[in-house]
Amino acid sequence: MTKIETPGADLPLQQLERVVIRFAGDSGDGMQITGNQFTQTSALFGNDLATLPDFPAEIRAPAGTRPGVSGFQLQFSSKDIHTPGDEPDILVAMNPAALVVNLGDLKAGGTVVVNTGAFKANDLKKAKLDKNPLEDGTLDGYRVIPVDINARVLDALVDSPLKTKEKSRCKNFYTLGLMYWLYSRPLEPTITWLHEKFKKRPELVEANVIALKAGFNAGDIRELFQGQYEVPKTDELPAGTYRNMMGNDAIAMGLVAGAKMAGLTPVLGSYPITPASTILESLASYKHFGVITMQMEDEIAAICAAIGASFSGSLGITSTSGPGMALKTEAMGLAISAEYPLVIINIQRAGPSTGMPTKVEQSDLLQAVFGRNGDAPVPVISCSRPSDAFQLTIDACRIAVQYMTPVILLSDNFIANGAEPWCLPDIESLKPFPVVFKTDPEGHQTFARNEKGARAWVKPGTPKMEFRIGGLEKDVEGNVSYDAANHQAMTNYRHNKVAAVAESIPTPELDGPDSGDLLILGWGSTVGILTQAVETSRENGVSVSRMHLTHIWPFPKGLDEIFSKFKAIMVPEMNMGQLTRILRGEMPQHNFIPFTKVTGQPFLTTEVVAKIKNVLEG
Amino acid sequence: MTDTATTTLTKKDFVSDQEVRWCPGCGDYAILAAMQKYMADSGADPANTVFVSGIGCSSRFPYYMNTYGFHTIHGRAPAVATGVKVANPDLSVWIVTGDGDALSIGGNHLAHILRRNLNVNILLFNNEIYGLTKGQYSPTSPVGTKKKSTPLGSVDRPFNPIAFALGCNATFVARSVDTDAKHLTRIFAAADAHQGTSFIEILQNCVIFNKDFYNKVVDRSVRADMTVDLVPGEKIVYGADKDKGLRFTASGLDTCGVDDAEVWDPSTATVSQAFAISQLDTDPDTPKPLGIFRAVDAQIYDESVREQVEEAVSAKGEGKIEDLVYSGDCWTVG
Repeated sequence: MTKIETPGADLPLQQLERVVIRFAGDSGDGMQITGNQFTQTSALFGNDLATLPDFPAEIRAPAGTRPGVSGFQLQFSSKDIHTPGDEPDILVAMNPAALVVNLGDLKAGGTVVVNTGAFKANDLKKAKLDKNPLEDGTLDGYRVIPVDINARVLDALVDSPLKTKEKSRCKNFYTLGLMYWLYSRPLEPTITWLHEKFKKRPELVEANVIALKAGFNAGDIRELFQGQYEVPKTDELPAGTYRNMMGNDAIAMGLVAGAKMAGLTPVLGSYPITPASTILESLASYKHFGVITMQMEDEIAAICAAIGASFSGSLGITSTSGPGMALKTEAMGLAISAEYPLVIINIQRAGPSTGMPTKVEQSDLLQAVFGRNGDAPVPVISCSRPSDAFQLTIDACRIAVQYMTPVILLSDNFIANGAEPWCLPDIESLKPFPVVFKTDPEGHQTFARNEKGARAWVKPGTPKMEFRIGGLEKDVEGNVSYDAANHQAMTNYRHNKVAAVAESIPTPELDGPDSGDLLILGWGSTVGILTQAVETSRENGVSVSRMHLTHIWPFPKGLDEIFSKFKAIMVPEMNMGQLTRILRGEMPQHNFIPFTKVTGQPFLTTEVVAKIKNVLEG
Repeated sequence: MTDTATTTLTKKDFVSDQEVRWCPGCGDYAILAAMQKYMADSGADPANTVFVSGIGCSSRFPYYMNTYGFHTIHGRAPAVATGVKVANPDLSVWIVTGDGDALSIGGNHLAHILRRNLNVNILLFNNEIYGLTKGQYSPTSPVGTKKKSTPLGSVDRPFNPIAFALGCNATFVARSVDTDAKHLTRIFAAADAHQGTSFIEILQNCVIFNKDFYNKVVDRSVRADMTVDLVPGEKIVYGADKDKGLRFTASGLDTCGVDDAEVWDPSTATVSQAFAISQLDTDPDTPKPLGIFRAVDAQIYDESVREQVEEAVSAKGEGKIEDLVYSGDCWTVG
């Protein structure tokens, strides 16, 4: 194999602006933990960062096979960054399958740290390899750091009381230690985490700490690398208090905060589904915040229980992913017809049907906006990143209670499992929107409306306000009605109420000139990639503007005027052009150009930059 | 509501202003009237009472009760009611459903509400037919039922709703008949008093699509001999002269004289006796059991859910949003 000497490799400490690292191993190798620990330590160190976990849906696919490979990529930087990076600078491969699955993504001349202890004949067979990629020229052109991690871990733990199998499982911490040395990271945050994680098994704490330190020291003693690197802390993040945040956690917190702002008890009905389950799990751990969670028997029961809670005067919430949304459809119609607040969270994953549960896609947009029987409008909001999910979740709660309507909040796998530093909001500055239940029976009509078009919310238990309500069409009194004119009027009311939500949402800011040849219009988790692509394009001398939608249905006001100043509007999305279809339907006068990708992987910055160039050059 | 307010209510106070639109002669009328009277007589507070239903003829019931009501979607009333009750355990919640709503499309939710033991009452109107969709066979129709969707007779074996509920570990299981207001009222009262999910199957006549399907057991001419009422603490006896009894044997049940008849206890540790009795009507020569099959105490879902929240608040203190957001590993910039 050929080793390429890195310029300056003889220097003891070299400063880098940014590094993209990918940890890859078997799904039982603990790569997600390793990646998360590196992320957390880098966050505390003060880098800006973005992460991309990529793991199989199977909990333990057959060990050593290609489908069983689990990866975790992160970019950490001394500058403000927007993406987890297109190409890793360094790949850590724990076995042959991990190496061959990920090598193609590594940048030319990049570094590969290989666990040579996992390249025996049987390991190669499991990865369906005839030849050993360490010896057949596969790694030519890369800088290879061979380390027999399997053996080194057992050496380090020679005095540990653990069984050999348990010792071997410490190899991810050895690997983490090695990477901590290479990038001059402190060990303390991980040691603290280990003490907390295994507090009931001190022998595991000790073994993993020894493995971590052994890996760290190996960098020093064994001179595996010709020098260390340092990515200084960033000075580009705005002042504030930060924590590293993943999207689903931010949504869970946003639900607690949103319900509090409304003065209501949050009641979640949910059914476990990848990648939304952690919202249920987080909320279940927030009981001391007054949160009620019910793991129901299925997706339908989950939304129905949430609707029942709203009927009783709580804030009903349900969380799911695409297949669950399909099942909840009929119940959404009930909440639309009976006009109850409800927050419906869809963490999108690749579809159709079961699709690819752990891969990213934005293909449930049309389902969210239109996917129900009858004319059944609901507001649709989308998170863009872990750091905006908290605020947007609160806004979903606000719209639900102020307009007495279900609200669909979209997120996706990339936001759910990706992490980035979140500048924590000033809680005092969050504006409450307390619900006032109606208790005065004088002249009350169940479907009389306020200036927003919302009906009054009356809780059971209120004397002399008894009403009957349901999914049958009703008149203003709430009584069942098959009257033709009434049905038209009620349909109009429901339509206009949702349209009126546009009055309460901001027009998105424009990034770049307010007129020109091309506007990039994105939504959802593409925000970082699109931001980076536009910055890169500008560095290349291309003039391009960018806008990102968070409130998708109804559209915010002012879009038509903004769009009219651009010759073309390119809409990149991870589906077959769903937002483009809605835009063309609502604003056919503009020139929308779809740019689509449905590989289960995010856009690469380079792809978007090339497309921008391509569009502008016609 | 104050006591003075509730004690003055009459049946009329529980009658809503909506015109009842069941077919003339439908068994639902009698059940509705018995319920409205029971509510008044038992001192129920209309403001604190909620009727939740699914879809079907029976599920129109809430519109006719002058209480709170939620007419939801097909089969899902138990799930909606779970949210209603957990969000406000002070409400008295009644679910009204039918054999199709509860045992076909909503079978899953029925099983799970019974398993959880939510503190609500379920009235399952069983007419062994689909009424609202105009007369197709239902999951309680006997094999061979010839209707529009089964011109050669149905070939699937029916559910026995009582056995279904017992199999789900329901804590209160009873059966009554639409035409017997006195019996119905007694069962309503027992169900209302029971803490946990009370399940009542009510045999109900669909005069259009399955008229008098139950007459071979409940018609006045045969009823005394073809039904047996299970009354807790009383001997299991039946017949016009109360001269026939039932006793448990090693292999199940046997008919016997009054002296040997078993004293009925629906609160035994195991469900086996109740289950054996639930199978009685599979034999055309033995009576169809009515009354209370099961009444036991168990952990109540809505109470336990609320208790966990209260315990968490008292153990950790009431959480503030600041504590939630500003937790974990934070760092400061600038």
